[in-house]
Amino acid sequence: MIDFTGMNIAMASGKGGTGKTTVAVNFAWLLASAGQRVQYLDCDVEEPNGHIFLKPSITESAPSKVMVPVVDQEKCTSCGECGLKCQFHAIVNLPGDTLIFPGLCHSCGLCSAVCPTGAITEGDREIGIIEKGKGTKDMDFIHGILNVGEAMAVPLIKKVKNGQKDSYVHIIDAPPGTSCPVVATLNGSDAVIMVTEPTPFGLHDLKIAIDVARLLNIPTGVVINRDQGSYPPLSDYLEAAGVPVLAVIPEDADIARHYSQGSIILESLPHYIDVYETLAANFEKFLDTHNVHAGRMRS
Amino acid sequence: MKEIVVVSGKGGTGKTSVVASLACLIDRKAMVDCDVDAANLALVLNPRIIEEKEFAAGKKARIISEKCTTCGICRDMCRFDAISEDFIIDPVACEGCGACFFYCPAFAVEFETPIAGHCYICDTPAGDPFVYAELSPGEENSGKLVTMVRTEAKAQAERAGLSRILIDGPPGIGCPVISSITGTSLALIVTEPTASGIHDLERIAQLARHFSLPAAVIINKSDINPACTESIEQYCSEKSIALLGRLPYEKAISEAQRQGKAIVEYAPDLPVSKALRGISEQIISIYKE
Repeated sequence: MIDFTGMNIAMASGKGGTGKTTVAVNFAWLLASAGQRVQYLDCDVEEPNGHIFLKPSITESAPSKVMVPVVDQEKCTSCGECGLKCQFHAIVNLPGDTLIFPGLCHSCGLCSAVCPTGAITEGDREIGIIEKGKGTKDMDFIHGILNVGEAMAVPLIKKVKNGQKDSYVHIIDAPPGTSCPVVATLNGSDAVIMVTEPTPFGLHDLKIAIDVARLLNIPTGVVINRDQGSYPPLSDYLEAAGVPVLAVIPEDADIARHYSQGSIILESLPHYIDVYETLAANFEKFLDTHNVHAGRMRS
Repeated sequence: MKEIVVVSGKGGTGKTSVVASLACLIDRKAMVDCDVDAANLALVLNPRIIEEKEFAAGKKARIISEKCTTCGICRDMCRFDAISEDFIIDPVACEGCGACFFYCPAFAVEFETPIAGHCYICDTPAGDPFVYAELSPGEENSGKLVTMVRTEAKAQAERAGLSRILIDGPPGIGCPVISSITGTSLALIVTEPTASGIHDLERIAQLARHFSLPAAVIINKSDINPACTESIEQYCSEKSIALLGRLPYEKAISEAQRQGKAIVEYAPDLPVSKALRGISEQIISIYKE
């Protein structure tokens, strides 16, 4: 196995529940068992699950804040400039009062810049917490937990990624879907492993997720999970799209049972180590074909 | 108008498969797919598109290089690192705040609203209206597109004289989920008896409470971990969340999906289909309440 140190390897899927976290956790476990320094970054801040399997002891926990405007009503002349310029409808100007809707604010800073009387300063608002620690196999662990009721996941995802350490291989667990939280997660990754299942739902969402990876110019391979034999629509699509299959994991009630208990599959069912070693070997070849090496793309 | 929204927190617990079956078992309703990132309900409802509408929300900035004097003010103003050293705006990083547009002294920034997705108003073989959408890959504003599909579905329901709306929600607890659940009458949570399933159930149940929305639970694949199923039932009774039923794990659901059918159509005699019929009766009475 090559040394993956410095690489950012993201796990995504489009559809939820295809096994992103399972593959991420077990692939991370395999690399850590081979003596590589692994950092696990759980970017599914809405529903983070990596910790259930890696069982990290949390050593650092800090609230994560974003900038929100604060209006000094004494200085405010109700000119309406801030509300007019704000693209996110986060400011409403009433005669004698300027209302801020923090949940809609993108922290762009435009309102404080345009205010002619300096009535707007920058305060902050907590959107979630960032926790760091050490998980099984001495893996470095970081995740973000979005506050319940908070709409904006992207700033918290960016904070998780800011916790990235040099001289580690980074395994990045993405949220489901194909919109801004996924883009924020995948952006800057060296390669993405899409975990899919051979069903119409799985395939439909995989196609969109692969389009997102292409938009971001990130080489993409696929792991087929819960395989039940041939599913021509998936194999035909992958062939036409030129996306390689890196590993195939069969449908197995034992995997489902151990997963349900929060176990690492490679610990409970060691005969699956072969499958993950195949994944690592195919991934290595895949990186070679795309000329991708440690932490950046070779030009 | 009574809206019931099916959510899960965790993805892949079986929301859409449950909605597909409920769609067969409950008559006279409008249906909406609010998972605008990855809409799957259309794959099993066999809809016919009647009208397609464009979705545009949120502007994007673009620098016209001929007018740009490379003064760098835009790069100083941008908080999203969206403008490169050679003054090209990365459309993926741009959040559309307009700071570059308003502050460019050379008027070199264009600031326009691109098409970010499509909304489809459909008819289904059973005659019920159905609305879904496709957000363009990687786009923002999924919450606004959710609001658009819900508004269109309400209009369709009113036109057809229907008082029930069944919503297939997105996974997670963030922006599109909040847009999907606000103003509905019930959050129907489809969960699974796994450590991740319980963890995510607690967060989506908290979200429903946060918005003072009643919740009810369906435990899917309930036989894969009976101890875990019991913990979920205990959690529901502690939090006064109604448990509408348990569904056994059923391999044939994938096969039904491959044939573009709900499990209750594909194999009506299976235990899972019987359980779904029991659940649908409870939901019909909730709609009537």
